[in-house]
Amino acid sequence: MSASVLLVDDEPNLLLSLEFLMKREGFQVLLAHDGEEALEVLRRERPRLVVLDVNMPRKNGFEVCQALRHDEAIADTLVLFLSARARETDIAKGLALGANAYMTKPFSTQALVAKVHELLEAAA
Amino acid sequence: MTRQQRRLLALAGVAAAVALLLLALAWLTVAMMMHGFDAVQRDQVTQWFGPRLPLAVLCALAAAAGVAALADRAWQRWLEAPARLLEEAQSQLTAERPAPLTTTGGDATMAGLAITLDALLQNRRRLRDDVAAQVADGSRRVEQERARLSALMSELTQSVVVCNLDGRVLLYNNRARLQFKALSDAPQLAGGAELIGLGRSLYAVFDRQLVAHALDNIRQRLARGAAAPSAQFVTVTKSGQLLRAQMAAVRDDAGALSGFVLLLDNITRDYARDAAQDALLLGLTEGQRASLGSLTAAVELLVEPDLEPLMRERLLKVVREEARQMAGRLHEAQDRGTAQLKTRWPLEEMLGSEFVAAALRRLNALKLRTGTLAVDDKLWLKVDSFALLQALAYLAHRLVEEFEVKTVMLRLQGVGGRAQLDLVWPGQAMSTETVISWESEAMRIGSQASAERSALSVRDVLQRHGGEFWFERDRAAHQAFFRFLLPQADAETEPEAGLHADSRPEYYDFDLFATQTPSEAQRALDERRLTELAYTVFDTETTGLNPSEGDEIIQIGAARIVNGKLLRQESFEQLVDPGRSIPEAGIPIHGIRPEMVRGQPRIAEVLPSFHAYAQETVLVAHNAAFDMRFLQLKEASTGLRFDQPVLDTLLLSAVVHPNQASHKLEAIAERFGITVVGRHTALGDAMVTAEVFLRLVPLLAEQGILTLGQAREAAQKSWFARVKY
Repeated sequence: MSASVLLVDDEPNLLLSLEFLMKREGFQVLLAHDGEEALEVLRRERPRLVVLDVNMPRKNGFEVCQALRHDEAIADTLVLFLSARARETDIAKGLALGANAYMTKPFSTQALVAKVHELLEAAA
Repeated sequence: MTRQQRRLLALAGVAAAVALLLLALAWLTVAMMMHGFDAVQRDQVTQWFGPRLPLAVLCALAAAAGVAALADRAWQRWLEAPARLLEEAQSQLTAERPAPLTTTGGDATMAGLAITLDALLQNRRRLRDDVAAQVADGSRRVEQERARLSALMSELTQSVVVCNLDGRVLLYNNRARLQFKALSDAPQLAGGAELIGLGRSLYAVFDRQLVAHALDNIRQRLARGAAAPSAQFVTVTKSGQLLRAQMAAVRDDAGALSGFVLLLDNITRDYARDAAQDALLLGLTEGQRASLGSLTAAVELLVEPDLEPLMRERLLKVVREEARQMAGRLHEAQDRGTAQLKTRWPLEEMLGSEFVAAALRRLNALKLRTGTLAVDDKLWLKVDSFALLQALAYLAHRLVEEFEVKTVMLRLQGVGGRAQLDLVWPGQAMSTETVISWESEAMRIGSQASAERSALSVRDVLQRHGGEFWFERDRAAHQAFFRFLLPQADAETEPEAGLHADSRPEYYDFDLFATQTPSEAQRALDERRLTELAYTVFDTETTGLNPSEGDEIIQIGAARIVNGKLLRQESFEQLVDPGRSIPEAGIPIHGIRPEMVRGQPRIAEVLPSFHAYAQETVLVAHNAAFDMRFLQLKEASTGLRFDQPVLDTLLLSAVVHPNQASHKLEAIAERFGITVVGRHTALGDAMVTAEVFLRLVPLLAEQGILTLGQAREAAQKSWFARVKY
């Protein structure tokens, strides 16, 4: 059975590409457009990995990551930040809040796919 | 009995005593001889001696007179002359005019003594004159230094406040006063004088803990041996302004911390501008990153060979949309980012016409005919005037050298928040390449050895101003010009003319270093001396005499007295809208017509400001009971209590001059010879009252009334105190 991946971003233009990319890699793809929705989907569907944006309406990515790590039911979800917030302080904060990896926009689709595979295999 | 008579009497006594002694001796000799003789011999002697007895007595008397004369000489020589010398020497100790000591009648030793004493006295006089001259010279120098310091401080464009360790202000300059004015919640009222003033507490504006913390830092660094430690802090004032303060230590002779200097900058505007700039930059980069992320992901997928046509169309739409958004974001950022020409180079504010005048002087030195076209004389520039003048001179110099230009003109105009400074010349234009090389080469004026060289280029100078520079030609006018685009000074920061420009500001009082020690501050007010207290001398003008029947204050004026000095600069003057009519009867007295108070603040707005102005001072007024009634009736509605001690110059005058018929302010002022200016304006009367009070204090002291408590008691006892208002 293939792993399920949740893609969270308030930019439909990015979600379109991400969805296509992850489906082609054979993952089960879930989508969310803001922080609140992401947490709902996380609790309902228990995806293995979440690709998380930071700047979003209704709870930003940092808050989602923090809530996720404090909720035992979904605490072991793999978190990969994919954000336009690219200052060193942002990256340090994301990792400190429990992210498994942090990638900044713009990004290479190949690198993203590789990172997702890498995280899933390391956790397996 | 005179000296002469005493002396004659004494001499007569001596002569009589000598005569009696001689007679007694003679008698004794005769008696002893007679004792050994028989009767015949006695008869012979008597017969021989008897007729000659008067002669014997006469001889004795003559001998006595001789002895007395000798005694007189001795007296004069050994007793009287030294006594006279002593007296003369004593009087010379305190004499105004020196005179040589006389030694008539004394012997050689006495004469020598007199000469030596004279020399000593002269020596002493010289020393005393020397010391007096030095003291006078020293005071003059101190006075000069103070005057120089005061002048310097008032000219400084940076705010300076000096405080003692209690946070009491010892010195401040005009700039600081203006800055505090901007901090005041009620700017138009006291003009900041309720916040800053000699002897006032800095903690009215600054957080006490913040200042204490900075002082602690300085103390610790002093203890570690730092030579000139300073500390910095930024604070938000009650009115929301951002102040950056730099603190440096003031040390006494022994090196101990005795106070501190604060240099203040209001960085509210700078900070807001920087923050906006940062936000703009951050928003731009993050927005572009997000778009670029979506865009590159889409592009990378578009090259996939097995893409369905529908998906391809959607991805292409993403590319177009994101590219458009990125372009839009860039335009917006550019518009907002360059709206404010910004530079980090410290620029000075200068009236544009003054700069043009300086530039003309500079250009005339290059043997050019010069002139001005349109110059906006209200325009304020923000420039590095030295570098900019250099750039103008350099460009003019090259015009002369390479294009034989004979005449240049300057033009200065404000356009859309910026200033356009043009260097205009008639005739020949030049190629763009030439202009570019002139712009980027290091500036050099003159030939070879005496050339004025600069490491800067015109471009560097422009960069400092965040400005621009280009070359244009005006074919219609047969002219060409260089145009400098320069920042204008912010309108609000135009230096304002001083309130009392004619008189020297009383912005410093170093005596407060000495008087304000913490233990004294704790002393009960009543026990403190009148000469060392701070006073608010005030007067009100009112619609009438009965506050309980609806009369209201229409003007408040006040001045401060600190350390026995009237601080004219720190005055308070405010018209008040009484919210009722002003009776015609009073207008000739106070001169305040209804239209003058229209639009003025109501008493509820003015009193908080006056309350702050008067805090920590003793109130002084003429017929104070009257003014206090008006203030007290407002206590309930404003919640402000004027509960400080009050002194009344009317009552104090009655204490000092109990026999005078009138204690009206005019009458007292006339007695003291005070020139009355602006009588019957609240501030004018307050000033007169203050002058009267300052003259009353020493007269009270003559009666043993030294402290506030004693003054209040004496005033109460004076019979005027029985008058009730």
